[in-house]
Amino acid sequence: MTILVLTLALAAGAFLAGLLGALTGLGGGVVIVPLLTLGFGIDFRYAVGASLVAVIATSSGAAAAYMREGYTNMRVGMFLEIATTVGAVLGAYLASQVSSSALAVVFGVVLIYSAWTASRPRAEHPALAPDPLAVRLRLDSSYPTPAGPHRYLVQRVPLGFSLMFVAGTLSGLLGIGSGAVKVLAMDQVMGLPFKVSTTTSNFMIGVTAAASAGVYLQRGYIDPGIAMPVMLGVLAGATVGATLLVRARPRVLRLVFSVVVFALAIEMIYHGATGRI
Amino acid sequence: MAQPAGSEGGPPSSWGDERVELALANVLRAGVMLAASLVLIGGVIYLSRHGGGRPDYGRFVAEPGTLNHPIRVLRAALAGESLGIIQLGVLVLIVTPVLRVAFSLVAFARERDRTYVALTALVLGILLLSLLGVLP
Repeated sequence: MTILVLTLALAAGAFLAGLLGALTGLGGGVVIVPLLTLGFGIDFRYAVGASLVAVIATSSGAAAAYMREGYTNMRVGMFLEIATTVGAVLGAYLASQVSSSALAVVFGVVLIYSAWTASRPRAEHPALAPDPLAVRLRLDSSYPTPAGPHRYLVQRVPLGFSLMFVAGTLSGLLGIGSGAVKVLAMDQVMGLPFKVSTTTSNFMIGVTAAASAGVYLQRGYIDPGIAMPVMLGVLAGATVGATLLVRARPRVLRLVFSVVVFALAIEMIYHGATGRI
Repeated sequence: MAQPAGSEGGPPSSWGDERVELALANVLRAGVMLAASLVLIGGVIYLSRHGGGRPDYGRFVAEPGTLNHPIRVLRAALAGESLGIIQLGVLVLIVTPVLRVAFSLVAFARERDRTYVALTALVLGILLLSLLGVLP
């Protein structure tokens, strides 16, 4: 295989990942690493570097579209960013201390969790009483609806903050957006409405990934030859996906994608456990 | 519904004034477009020169002194090296979320929200330290 052929194949794979990621709302990042390592035999470290670049591309691309809708809660986002950026730098540091085989196993476990989350319907948990910390930090807010602003309260701030630290660490360790853990923290724990948690988490994914990207760059994990087709492919795929589907998320597609992600997870764990990655 | 001063929520915009948000959305879009263009241009040059070569990514090789620091990347890109141009595009992409944080800092400062100015400055500091390669 020549460099040209590999580049075109990577771009095609990344396009598909970006397309499916946008259509299912899972993000393209989760399948980039399995695609590169299992599909193309690329070293795990180059794969996580390229994946992280893809994660930032989709986050910033989507953010420009979300921006004016007024759903993003900047205070919640910025407060939790402290946990995710510190976690991301720690994760990026740990990534160089742990063997690729062990990382592949951890990656597989996170993938299974992501697939499981994506296959289940999300449930809203509106708060009944204000959280004193949320009040002090002025996290409670509202978002626009056709019937006027809808107030919401933010709950269990310390637990949400701790989970975000975990999400940041996983992001830095594995070069992913950790969307599934962020959704867990924001939907299930902090009780944010979907529209708010989706847009705020998208903002946070880009910032978190940028925090580990600096460390990745310095380590040489971001190889321009691989990052080029992956970034362009994912961007094109995510753009097409967003055009195909403005709001709704097809349930069947989500389920199929979850099964694919689950299968990739098993493959990653198997290859990691047998030392092939 | 009544909003406390400086709090977000409610149309027409979630925080600050709408012009800041609109400007930010344009900056993000422009950042992604610029990044993609640089990567594409660098990629075309790279493939036209080295497309027929054999890729070697099966094993990670940490080469000291290569495209791993913003200054070196910029120097390589200005020298017209194809991989340097690609990497500069990647850097522009990495900087777009950082710009968004910097914009938020300005917005919180305009609202005179000291707590969030401090929190945002901390996040921005971590990002810059990481990008400049000061962190481990």
